[in-house]
Amino acid sequence: MNQKDASPFIQLHDKDNVLPCRRKIHAGDTLVIDGKTIAAPGDIDVGHKLARTDLRPGDVVLKYGVPIGSITQATRIGEHVHTHNMKSDYIAITTRQSTGQEAKSS
Amino acid sequence: MNGYQRSDGRKGIRNVIVVTYLVECAHHVARRIVDASADMDVHLIGFPGCYPNEYSLRMMKNLCVHPNVGGVLIVSLGCEGFNRGSLHAVVAASGRPVETLVIQERGGTASTIAAGVKAVATMKAAIANVPRVSMGVEELVVATVCGGSDGTSGLTANPAVGKCFDLLVEVGSTCIFEETGELIGCEQIMADRAVTPALGEAIKACVDKAAHYYTIMGYGSFAPGNADGGLTTQEEKSMGAYAKSGDSPISGIIKPGDVPPANGLYLLDVVPDGEPRFGFPNINDNAEIAELIACGAHITLFTTGRGSVVGSAISPVIKICANPETYQRMPDDMDIDAGRILNGDATLDEVGGEIFAKIAAVASGERSVSEALGHQEFILTYKSFEPVGPACLPARAHSA
Repeated sequence: MNQKDASPFIQLHDKDNVLPCRRKIHAGDTLVIDGKTIAAPGDIDVGHKLARTDLRPGDVVLKYGVPIGSITQATRIGEHVHTHNMKSDYIAITTRQSTGQEAKSS
Repeated sequence: MNGYQRSDGRKGIRNVIVVTYLVECAHHVARRIVDASADMDVHLIGFPGCYPNEYSLRMMKNLCVHPNVGGVLIVSLGCEGFNRGSLHAVVAASGRPVETLVIQERGGTASTIAAGVKAVATMKAAIANVPRVSMGVEELVVATVCGGSDGTSGLTANPAVGKCFDLLVEVGSTCIFEETGELIGCEQIMADRAVTPALGEAIKACVDKAAHYYTIMGYGSFAPGNADGGLTTQEEKSMGAYAKSGDSPISGIIKPGDVPPANGLYLLDVVPDGEPRFGFPNINDNAEIAELIACGAHITLFTTGRGSVVGSAISPVIKICANPETYQRMPDDMDIDAGRILNGDATLDEVGGEIFAKIAAVASGERSVSEALGHQEFILTYKSFEPVGPACLPARAHSA
């Protein structure tokens, strides 16, 4: 199998509502998610996750079939799921960004 | 493969001389001795603190009589708290050549360096004839650690190491995985793999301890680069890290410096006991690697997504790159390209087999990439541990 032929994301488990990317996705790329064709709403890097369905605040995020945190902001199918719209249910993480950066992105 | 026979029955895959400083004040002198020796198999280790610490003394003793070590040169300033006599005695009792140089008694920097260089050369000649004996893969202790993890680590390199661990456990090797702070969220599935229910409970208690400790520290075991690479939460990172352990039953819990009593798969509990006293459990990846080596690891499998370059003193590090983009950027630092799994160009089983073959090659004398590049990072700091409880090593409790 060549990566050019394969889907840009992987479904690791039936229950998962996020899909990790196997290669970089560019805004506008065609994504086929569970038979639904959409244009990628934004860029997503390799190893990052996109939403498999529309997600609401409080939704538990499932990867490998297990909870890995919960959604903090409404997220549409195909959108990047990361620190801006998701949090840990165990312990806060730290990022290198200053508070200024966080304000800019919110 | 042929191993170096040691007096305690263990066999080494290297025959290095370690030069160890017992306080930061002796670091420069020790480093100059190592530099002047200009030999890939003369390694620098040490402890920076002036105050004594039981954990550090035990770690240092275990490291100095590690099967990969052939001889030890101890460099002391003279007034520090480290119990140099006790360290010297343990190494001497193991039958290895050992010498202690006390800078304050040797006339200072230049004369100690000169004496040290001479001592290393003498030792080098003395250990050239250590008996070589046949050694099987089942006699290896193989550890794993992840560093610079990203969203690809848990998809490629970590589960591939898990496959390799399963192969190793099957042939009778001893495998160690670790960092309970990076297993937060995996406690129940891990407990279900324990060889006894009591061990399962002990595993959960271990992870609870880690969660408590890291909460007080104010940070999880999560670096900004993890988030840059697509990991969003501690539990997401944990699930990826956990995959390194494979599917074999978990035979026991050990603490830094405990050599596993039998073959099988062991969890190394790296989080100190009691209320936090000396700061973060491990301040970087090499602190973990040093602990794995103190448990007897001959080789450490290091998975990385972002692209760590480190190696280690004493035991070779095999670098398994998870991310295909990282591999393209820094191929000369990687032993195994596990990112091919993401591209569909290799399976987890195939890469697991490649790692197994690389372990056999490195154990037979081939230099790992980080080893050939001269990476010999080492760090040891303050910690405090209680001995493991009876539930942690069921096989030993049973045979006792």
